[in-house]
Amino acid sequence: MAVDTLDFEEPVAVLLKEIEALSMLPRTEQRAGEIARLQSRADEIRGELYRMLTPWQRVQVARHPNRPYMLDYVERLFTDFQELHGDRRFADDGAIVCGTAVYKGTPILAVGHQKGRDTRMKVKRNFGYARPEGYRKALRAMKLAEKFRRAIIVFVDTPAAYPGMESEERGISEAIALNLREMAVLDVPIIVVVTGEGGSGGALGIAIGDRVMMQEFTVYSVIPPEGCAAILWRDSNRKVDATDALKITAPDLLGRGVIDSIVPEPNGGAHNDYDGAARLLDVALERALREVSALSSAERLDLRYQKFRDMGRLGLDFADASPSVPRADA
Amino acid sequence: MAWFKREKRPMAPSVEKPVRVPEGLWIKCPDCSEILYNKDLAANLHVCPKCAHHFRVSATDRLRSLFDGAWEEHDRELVSLDPLGFTDTKAYRDRLTTSYKATGQRDAVIVASGRLDGLDTEIAAMEYSFIGGSMGVVVGEKITRGIERAIARRCGMVIVSCSGGARMMEGTLSLMQMAKVSAGLARLDRERLPYISVLTDPTTGGVTASFAMLGDLNIAEPKALIGFAGPRVIEQTIRQKLPEGFQRSEFLLEHGMVDAIVDRRQLKAAIASALRFMLPSRAT
Repeated sequence: MAVDTLDFEEPVAVLLKEIEALSMLPRTEQRAGEIARLQSRADEIRGELYRMLTPWQRVQVARHPNRPYMLDYVERLFTDFQELHGDRRFADDGAIVCGTAVYKGTPILAVGHQKGRDTRMKVKRNFGYARPEGYRKALRAMKLAEKFRRAIIVFVDTPAAYPGMESEERGISEAIALNLREMAVLDVPIIVVVTGEGGSGGALGIAIGDRVMMQEFTVYSVIPPEGCAAILWRDSNRKVDATDALKITAPDLLGRGVIDSIVPEPNGGAHNDYDGAARLLDVALERALREVSALSSAERLDLRYQKFRDMGRLGLDFADASPSVPRADA
Repeated sequence: MAWFKREKRPMAPSVEKPVRVPEGLWIKCPDCSEILYNKDLAANLHVCPKCAHHFRVSATDRLRSLFDGAWEEHDRELVSLDPLGFTDTKAYRDRLTTSYKATGQRDAVIVASGRLDGLDTEIAAMEYSFIGGSMGVVVGEKITRGIERAIARRCGMVIVSCSGGARMMEGTLSLMQMAKVSAGLARLDRERLPYISVLTDPTTGGVTASFAMLGDLNIAEPKALIGFAGPRVIEQTIRQKLPEGFQRSEFLLEHGMVDAIVDRRQLKAAIASALRFMLPSRAT
């Protein structure tokens, strides 16, 4: 495997290079022992690094080119995956994948962004930037799931909705907006997990659900840190400051009630261990689905409404300053 | 040595002047250069009588142009508590204070109940002068309360958008206001109550990608900038200049995204007739 480490993982990279050099040499008992020792030391350092990631480092991990994408999880968690292509209006968007599958014996619908691993696939997936037809395909598939009473599992990982001319021409705003409205009242369980970048409206456009979870090292933001820095600091190099200020990490958003839970990742992040990441996600998904499926449909829809209704809480995020109204914290 | 001396005159920067009506007696129309008397302009709903250029109007002027008479404002004193403790080159709290002093408003929307051509109506009008009309928790909360009130009172909802989008300084919570308002609109929709979205210059970002595009009727004012991504972001993506008129009301009409473009002077009548189409007929 190629040594593919982020800048802050330099101490790990040094060890990995050493291991690589040793493995080129003829294998001896002593060398094998040395390699094992170095490997466990590398894991240890990585563990330490990942315990104290800064917000910007989390952005880097969330965007890691080896990060597992939706289809990596589909392969590991589901069986009988059958992709559903096209929005039946205009085109099939490669940046959003929809398909039926079986999860623990029950049919479900899987929906999510897909970024593409090599150049050819990256182009096909448009680097995970979905166009209007992607959001419309997702809604079409979700209505299908509703019609046949199947739960929906959503994987979110996009830099943003595609900011190109054709997106505007074909109504990217309307496509996202309609999903926000319809997903709020879609009468089947919806579990959402952010598996990489939660890029503003492009993410939210498929991210309305009964449970919204984030993997440990993912981010979810109203604007990319670079964009925020360019506008507010007038300097896109201030992205680290912008990342800090925007509070976009999983722990930050759990604390503010934006998400329901954090899904742990294996040592060194999901990109270091796909199977481990899938196992941890499996535990969280199973539990969320069980809880949400136990509710009656009226209860579930009420709770979903209330969940988003409470984004921005009186007394915490905003206040009523009129003298006649008693303060919430009084 | 050149034969002719070229006069060195730097090109004038083509920054668009803010089209807000300034204090002062006279104003020049940025479109046709007509000199207009301020009071005449106001009497004409801030539309140039010569070329029909639509000047941007305040939320209060907007409500005055739509309601029959007095209206009841709701949640006037809701204020953001700066949930992130956000500071860029300036503290967000200071921006809030500055905007409050400049506009007399606590945030970027006024929501009110009143009568529109005799019909009970809930109207939310966004205030661009308040941090670019951006949507944070207060804007989302006030509009959602307005929608819930419309459901309770069984009346129509009108939202007049004028906004740069979600408010960065409240981070992901701002993004979530798109979901919150849209969830409210889902309930209004299922109750078969009317929602008219009026898109004015500018309506962009998260506001367009949520409630502004969800009207039973989407009505745009002429030549308004309406879009999801900002023109500069798109130009960076495609590495070329955008064509003239891209993301303007007329472009959206052509691409099937708005039902109609209506001159501000006919807006109230258009909304009233739409509401009459949508509200249940009185039993006779």
